[in-house]
Amino acid sequence: MGETLDLVLVGVLLLNFLMLGTSRLRAAIQFAAMQGVLLGAALFIAHGQTGGRILLLSIVTVLLKGIVIPTILLRATRNISVRREIEPFVGFTASLVLGALATGLSLVFSRSLPLLDEHVGELVVPASFATVLTGFLVLTTRRKAITQVVGYLTLENGIFVFGLTLVEAIPFLVEIGVLLDLFVAVLVMGIIMDHIHREFSSLSTEHLTSLRE
Amino acid sequence: MALWLVLAPLGFAAFAFAIPGARVRPWLLPAAGATQLVLVALELGTRGSGAGEPWIGLDPIGRLVTAYLAVLFFLCAAYAPGYLALRAERPNRIFCSVMLVFFAMMNLIASAQHLGLMWVAVEATTLASGPLLYFNRNPRSIEATWKYLLIGSVGIALALLGTFFVAYAALRGGIASSMLLSDVFASAPRLSRPWLHSGFVLALVGYGTKMGLAPMHTWKPDAYGEAPGLVGALLAGGLTSCAFVAILRFFQICAAAADSEFARSLLLFLGLFSMAVAGAFMVRQSDYKRMLAYSSVEHMGILVLGIAIGGAGSFGALLHLLNNGFSKGVLFLSAGNIHRAFGSKRTSEVSGALSVLPASGALFLAGFFAITGTPPFGTFVSEFTILSAMLHAERWGVAAAFLFLLVLVFVGMGSTVLAVVQGEPSARSGTTPYRDSWLGVTPIAVLLGLVLVLGLWIPAPFVALLREAAATLEAPR
Repeated sequence: MGETLDLVLVGVLLLNFLMLGTSRLRAAIQFAAMQGVLLGAALFIAHGQTGGRILLLSIVTVLLKGIVIPTILLRATRNISVRREIEPFVGFTASLVLGALATGLSLVFSRSLPLLDEHVGELVVPASFATVLTGFLVLTTRRKAITQVVGYLTLENGIFVFGLTLVEAIPFLVEIGVLLDLFVAVLVMGIIMDHIHREFSSLSTEHLTSLRE
Repeated sequence: MALWLVLAPLGFAAFAFAIPGARVRPWLLPAAGATQLVLVALELGTRGSGAGEPWIGLDPIGRLVTAYLAVLFFLCAAYAPGYLALRAERPNRIFCSVMLVFFAMMNLIASAQHLGLMWVAVEATTLASGPLLYFNRNPRSIEATWKYLLIGSVGIALALLGTFFVAYAALRGGIASSMLLSDVFASAPRLSRPWLHSGFVLALVGYGTKMGLAPMHTWKPDAYGEAPGLVGALLAGGLTSCAFVAILRFFQICAAAADSEFARSLLLFLGLFSMAVAGAFMVRQSDYKRMLAYSSVEHMGILVLGIAIGGAGSFGALLHLLNNGFSKGVLFLSAGNIHRAFGSKRTSEVSGALSVLPASGALFLAGFFAITGTPPFGTFVSEFTILSAMLHAERWGVAAAFLFLLVLVFVGMGSTVLAVVQGEPSARSGTTPYRDSWLGVTPIAVLLGLVLVLGLWIPAPFVALLREAAATLEAPR
C-alpha cells in the first residue's frame, strides 16, 4: 500500500513542476484538475479499507477538485482572448528552479520534524509541504487572476495531502465542509473574475492598482 | 441551546432570500437582531445546564462574544433599513441574505468547540462577506473584493494546515487524535512540541490575516475603504473579533500544554508591530475610511498585546474587544453618513462635517475620542488595564512603546478627523441631498452610549463573566 501511495504522490509532485513550467492558462488548470483526481485516488489507497465513508469522500474529492472546480475555471477562460500567462514576475525557468528547491527543502524539513513511525520515509509529509510551497510560488509570481486561483487550489491540494495522515481525526462533516468551502470560494472568485474581465477587459490583476497609499 | 444562535440567523437569511419585496426585506435585519438578543438572553440565563452537542457550546469566551455580537449586530441592523432605502436603486436580496449568513457564521465561530468546525465557519465568513464588500459594484470595489477574497482564503488555508499540525501533534504524542477543544485541552501536555509550535505559528498567521494583524493586514485598508460603512462596522467590529477568538483557541491549547511563553512572545511582537505599522500609516492619511482601517489594525495589535502580557492583560484585552467593536461601529457608521453627504472620502474634499451633519459629525468626533482611549470612554479603562498589567509584569520597554504608539496614533488620527469635522463646509456638501435622519443617527448614538457606559460602570455579572473568560486563557478546561 505504501508503495502505491508513494507512486501517486510522485505524480502529484510531477504535476507541481508541470504547473510551474507552463505558460498556458488552460494547461495550468488541467494540471490542477489531474492533481485533484490523484488526491481522491490517494485518499482511497491510503484509507479505503476503513469503509464507505472514505469511498464517498474520495468520490466527492475527485468530482469537486478534478471536475467541477476546473470546469468553473475553464469556463472563465473561454470568454477571454488571453490564453497565456505573459511576463510573470518570475520567469518559467526560474520558477522551475525555485520549485525544485522548494521540493528539496520539503524533504529535508520533514526529516527534521518528529514523524510517526509509519510516515518516516514515506512521501506524504514532504509531498504536502512541496505542494503547499508550489501553490505559494504560483500565487505570488503570476499576474493573471486565473493563475492565482490555480495557485490557491494547489495550496489547498497540498494541505489535503497532509490531511491524509489524519483521516481518523477529521470528522466526515468537517472534511465535507472544507471541500464545500473550497467550492464556494472558487465559485465566488469566478464571479468576481467575470466582473474584473467586464470592467477592465482583461483578467490581469495588474489593472487592480488604484487602491494604494 | 447554542445551536439556535446559528440557526436563527440562517432561517432569517433563507426568509430574506425568499421574499420578493425589496422594501420590506431590510427590516428583516433588525428583526433577526432582536430575535438574537432574546436568544442570547435566554442562553445566558440558563447557563450551567451544560448538556448539548459536544461540537457547539458556549464556554465563557463563547458567552461573552455571542452576547457582544448580538448587540453589535442589532444596532448595525437597525441602521441598515435607512441605508438601504437610500440605495433603493441597488437590488438588496443578496446583500440582506448574505449579511445574515455572515452573522450566523460569526456566531458559529464563537460557539464552535471543534477546531475543524471553527475553521469551516471562518472560511464561510470570508466567502459571505465578499458580496457585502462588492455592494457598490464599481472598479475600486472589485479590486478590494478580489484582494480580500484571495488574501483571506490563502491565509485561512494556512490556518487549516496549522489545525492539521495540532491534530498531528496529538497523534505523535500517542493520543487518539481529536479536534474537539475539550479533548485537545485534556491531552495538551502530551502534544508533540515541534508540531504544536509550528501549528500555532500557522494558525496565528492564518487567522491573523483574517484579523488584520500587520504584516498580514494589506487587504484591510482596501476592503474597509471601499465597503459601505455598515459593512465596515460589521467587519471591523464583528469579524476581526471572531478571528481573534480563533487565535485565542490556539493560545488556549498552548496554555493547556503549559507552553504559552512561546505563543506570548509571538503575540507580543505582532501586537507591537501592528500598532507601529498602523501609527506610521495613520499620520497624514488623506482618506478617512482607510484611516479607520489602520485604526482597526492598531486595535487588533492592542488585543493580542493584552493576551501576550497575560493576567490582568487578558481581562483588559477581552474588555477591549467590546470597546473597540462598539467604537468601530460608531466610527464606520458615522463615516458612512459623512461619505454619503459629501460624496467623497478624501480629506482634501471633505470639511465642515459638523455644520453639514451636526449629529453624524459630532458622533464621528466623539467616536475618535472613544477609540483613542480618552476618558471617560470604555477604551480608556481597557487600555489602562493592559498598561498596568505591563507595568505589573515589569515590562517597562513594552509599556513605553505601547504608550508612545497610542500617542502617535492619537495625533495622526486627530489631524485627519479634525480636518473632516471642522471648518467651512466644502463645496462638495452641496452636491448631495443627504442630511442627518433619525434612522441614520440613533443606532450610532446608542453604540457610543455603550462605550461610555463601559467606561463609567461595568455591571457586576459582566465583570464576573470577563474574569471567568480571562481565567480560561490561563488554565483552559
